[in-house]
Amino acid sequence: MSAATAVADGLVVAKRNLIKIKRVPDLLVFTTLSPIMFVLLFAYVFGGAIDQQGGGKGYREFLIAGIFAQTVVFGATITGAGLADDVQKGIIDRFRSLPMSPSAVLFGRTLSDVVNNVIVLFVMSVTGLIVGWRIRTSFLEALGGYLVLLVFAYAISWIMAWVGMLVPTPEVVNNASFIIIFPLTFVANTFVPLDTLPGPLKAFAEWNPVSAVTQAARNLFGNNNPASNGADPTGWALNHPAVYTLIWAAGVLAIFVPLANYQYRRSTSR
Amino acid sequence: MTDDAITATGLVKHYGSVRALDGVDLRVPKGSVLGLLGPNGAGKTTAVRVLTTLIRPDAGSATVAGIDVLANPGEVRRHIGVSGQYAAVDEYLTGQENLEMVGRLYHLGRQPSRERARELLAQFRLEDAADRTAKTYSGGMRRRLDLAGALVARPPVLFLDEPTTGLDPRSRTEMWEVLQELVKEGTSLLLTTQYLEEADLLADEIVVIDHGKVIAQGTADQLKGQVGGERLAITVKDGAQLATAGRLLAPLGTAPASTEENRRSLLMPVSGGVAVLTEALRLLDSAGIVLDDVGLRRPTLDDVFLTLTGRGAEDEAAPLDGRVLASAAASGDQR
Repeated sequence: MSAATAVADGLVVAKRNLIKIKRVPDLLVFTTLSPIMFVLLFAYVFGGAIDQQGGGKGYREFLIAGIFAQTVVFGATITGAGLADDVQKGIIDRFRSLPMSPSAVLFGRTLSDVVNNVIVLFVMSVTGLIVGWRIRTSFLEALGGYLVLLVFAYAISWIMAWVGMLVPTPEVVNNASFIIIFPLTFVANTFVPLDTLPGPLKAFAEWNPVSAVTQAARNLFGNNNPASNGADPTGWALNHPAVYTLIWAAGVLAIFVPLANYQYRRSTSR
Repeated sequence: MTDDAITATGLVKHYGSVRALDGVDLRVPKGSVLGLLGPNGAGKTTAVRVLTTLIRPDAGSATVAGIDVLANPGEVRRHIGVSGQYAAVDEYLTGQENLEMVGRLYHLGRQPSRERARELLAQFRLEDAADRTAKTYSGGMRRRLDLAGALVARPPVLFLDEPTTGLDPRSRTEMWEVLQELVKEGTSLLLTTQYLEEADLLADEIVVIDHGKVIAQGTADQLKGQVGGERLAITVKDGAQLATAGRLLAPLGTAPASTEENRRSLLMPVSGGVAVLTEALRLLDSAGIVLDDVGLRRPTLDDVFLTLTGRGAEDEAAPLDGRVLASAAASGDQR
């Protein structure tokens, strides 16, 4: 199986997943409406309450990168739920009986979820701009911010791909992953400055990769408004957030790409 | 060996403590149809999954289209078409998109995939639904689309796992016609089913499995012969005459009859078809026995299966015991 064939097969699978975004109402809402809702909710409900003096503007700007990070992490459940659904419906059986590249289903799946995340980030950015968020750096730095978010989300997708191949139904993916994702995205600097957290939580949050990706995006978008951000970040991870995020993503990919592929070769419906 | 489309030798597969396959041997000569029969959980689907490279057996070996399944699964996949028990179509893709995708994944190329998809949709009378998502298809249409998916690359060997389970009678008949057409064109077919009728119609050879073991094999007629051909079933109006009726009819039976007093009924294996039925009616009429119901019933898979497991597949000469007949009668009553 040549590499070109593997890529072509992956693209065929990715195309199939992308067609579904248009046709499955749940996915369409997840991709377009929820991101808008997240930005508006957090910006006005939290933004208004926390930063009264600045009219919520400074905190709002601080928040956006956190919302981006949280949303792409939640988006990774689509990877897992989509695969679990394919296993349940027997579509994986069909794929596995075809002479296609064995890794194409997972690469296609994670690839289509990158495209999905690009749409999500675009929708959120436009909404953010409307409510007063601004990118205060150069074009290249901003691009870097988006890339860090996408790379991070891609790594999480592979964890979810593995989970999706393991569990019996898509619902289990959703329920199981929320137990992990909620603490991961909230015990972090996504919505609050870290110096407000009690000791152990603060230590966790400082090394939480979600904090790092948020901090990296915040730096690259120029949204580190000191008035809202509190003290400068402490700890190596948050002082080198982009590097830490990329190391973390590389580590996750090194473990979960082989693991998910192994699970794919073993799985059959039910 | 190259004259066989499928061979399997000593296939074993465990799931925990369950032996899903316990030493299964199969052989499907090129261009022929093997019907794999058995109740739910007998190991039919596991056997198909091993042969279609979806799972690896714990022991044994198999070839498909002359290729070693264990050593070269990738090559096997180029020569097979598989249609599963649950129509594996993507319900959010249209019929055309589903088949095109399969064509691309068989590496037929973009344009040939598109053309082949159109061709198959026409062949399976799905042209009008070609651009509708499969979600809107009826059960029968989904099955046809799934089967079309298995045929995209014109595979010489086809595996169908319960292709008509859950279909209404009309869709089932349509599916049979399609399959007969394919076989006529030279496709080798392994078909699992729960319906003896289906195997009877399509299969050249039938293998019955249970608890992961082959318990019988032969043509449909041979298997039916093993369970005593047809059964004559009568219900008398007056229960007191049941014994007399049994005595009168006994010479017509190929095995002793079983009677059910409280139902005033009798069931007896016979051979000879309508002639036997006519003779039975004449005998009963001349003795003044009035009937509520009478009929000839062909053995069902239930009969084959119960008979085989009830007294052991190798013990063909033993008379049918009461338990088997009682169950057979019960299943007959459900129709």
